[in-house]
Amino acid sequence: MSSENNLPQDPICILEEQTQLTLVDLCGACAVHAERIIELVDVGVLEPAGREPAHWRFGGGSLHRAHAALRLQRDLEINLAGVALALELLDEIESLRMRLRAMGGE
Amino acid sequence: MQFKDYYQIMGVARDATQDEIKRAYRKLARKYHPDVSKAPDAEIRFKELGEANEVLKDPEKRAAYDQLGANWKGGQEFRPPPDWDAGFEHRGSGFTGDGASGGAADYSAFFESLFGRDFRASGARRASAHARGEDHHAKVLIDLEDAYRGATRTITLRVPAVDAQGHVVTSERVLNVSIPKGIREGQHIRLSGQGNPGIGEGKAGDLYLQVEFRAHPLYRVDGRDLYLDLPVAPWEAALGASVKVPTLGGIVELKIPEGSVPGRKLRLKGRGLPGDPPGDCYVILTIALPPADTEAAKEIYRKMAQQLNFNPRAKLGV
Repeated sequence: MSSENNLPQDPICILEEQTQLTLVDLCGACAVHAERIIELVDVGVLEPAGREPAHWRFGGGSLHRAHAALRLQRDLEINLAGVALALELLDEIESLRMRLRAMGGE
Repeated sequence: MQFKDYYQIMGVARDATQDEIKRAYRKLARKYHPDVSKAPDAEIRFKELGEANEVLKDPEKRAAYDQLGANWKGGQEFRPPPDWDAGFEHRGSGFTGDGASGGAADYSAFFESLFGRDFRASGARRASAHARGEDHHAKVLIDLEDAYRGATRTITLRVPAVDAQGHVVTSERVLNVSIPKGIREGQHIRLSGQGNPGIGEGKAGDLYLQVEFRAHPLYRVDGRDLYLDLPVAPWEAALGASVKVPTLGGIVELKIPEGSVPGRKLRLKGRGLPGDPPGDCYVILTIALPPADTEAAKEIYRKMAQQLNFNPRAKLGV
């Protein structure tokens, strides 16, 4: 697979805002087969735009989410549903933490 | 090199069963996994834990480690005794790690001195002649003002590498990074081609910088929105007033509505971090009481007590 060379080519960018990744890009950047990414989409960890896998477009934030999901799966031996649940709860904790900080608590 | 007390790291007794070790590892791994824990030392703890588990989960390696004796303390200066490993078949390929727990190249010098470094070669690295270089990840701490205006920062990265003799050396790499205007906390800046060099004709990896904000003396941040506590005088809150408010873009006038109470939230639209749409700046009112430190001030307070029919505790029923 030469897919890993296909990441968009801007020298500096905010990953979450200025990047669109294809399935092939994401597989290359995570060094995994497409099935692993498709699994993550099926369980709702990643939410690409577009219907068919060939037309999927992932936001830049998906890269870190996919990495985190793959690490959790590997290091803690949790199944996909568990990974999805863990990530959702972690997101919620993070947004509560931000809210708390904005309110002046720590 | 420092002795590592794997039993202490794992929180188990030296005579723990393999099942107890497995349970302890799973529990601690969940606690310190860098994707889960926000503790600043989570990554180090997790690596230590992986190393301890690598040794203790394997009866053969554990027996070899136990042979060092129970008198060593974690952190103590350590030299492996000569021939300490006689009788154990673990040199060479017998002890290759499977790279399962977070980067095979991350074992301590202590581990390497006992169990060799052959596991390096069998890590997660792909065997192809041409491979894309690994991506690098680092954090960068910036000021809120940098996110508001955009800025250029010089960043020094410590890059561990293995030299020709096989030793791990850290070199410093200095990079000029332009911080894009409007970046938010937790977002990542990607610098293409600034990661590890590729192998063969493979492309270099990328460098990802995760952005964090230094705590600001005035503003708290929630996404693109800013929160500012604004002290007002009791009469400004009661009668209404037009007051000056510092924002990142400069001082603006804000109208305090008549009859405002502490905690009232007023919005300065579009005065948060730039973006599409830009964030807002929320001003939270606090009431500052003038000190009663002169006779004249005391007189005013006395007058208020006499002339205002005011019970601040009416809602408490007293």
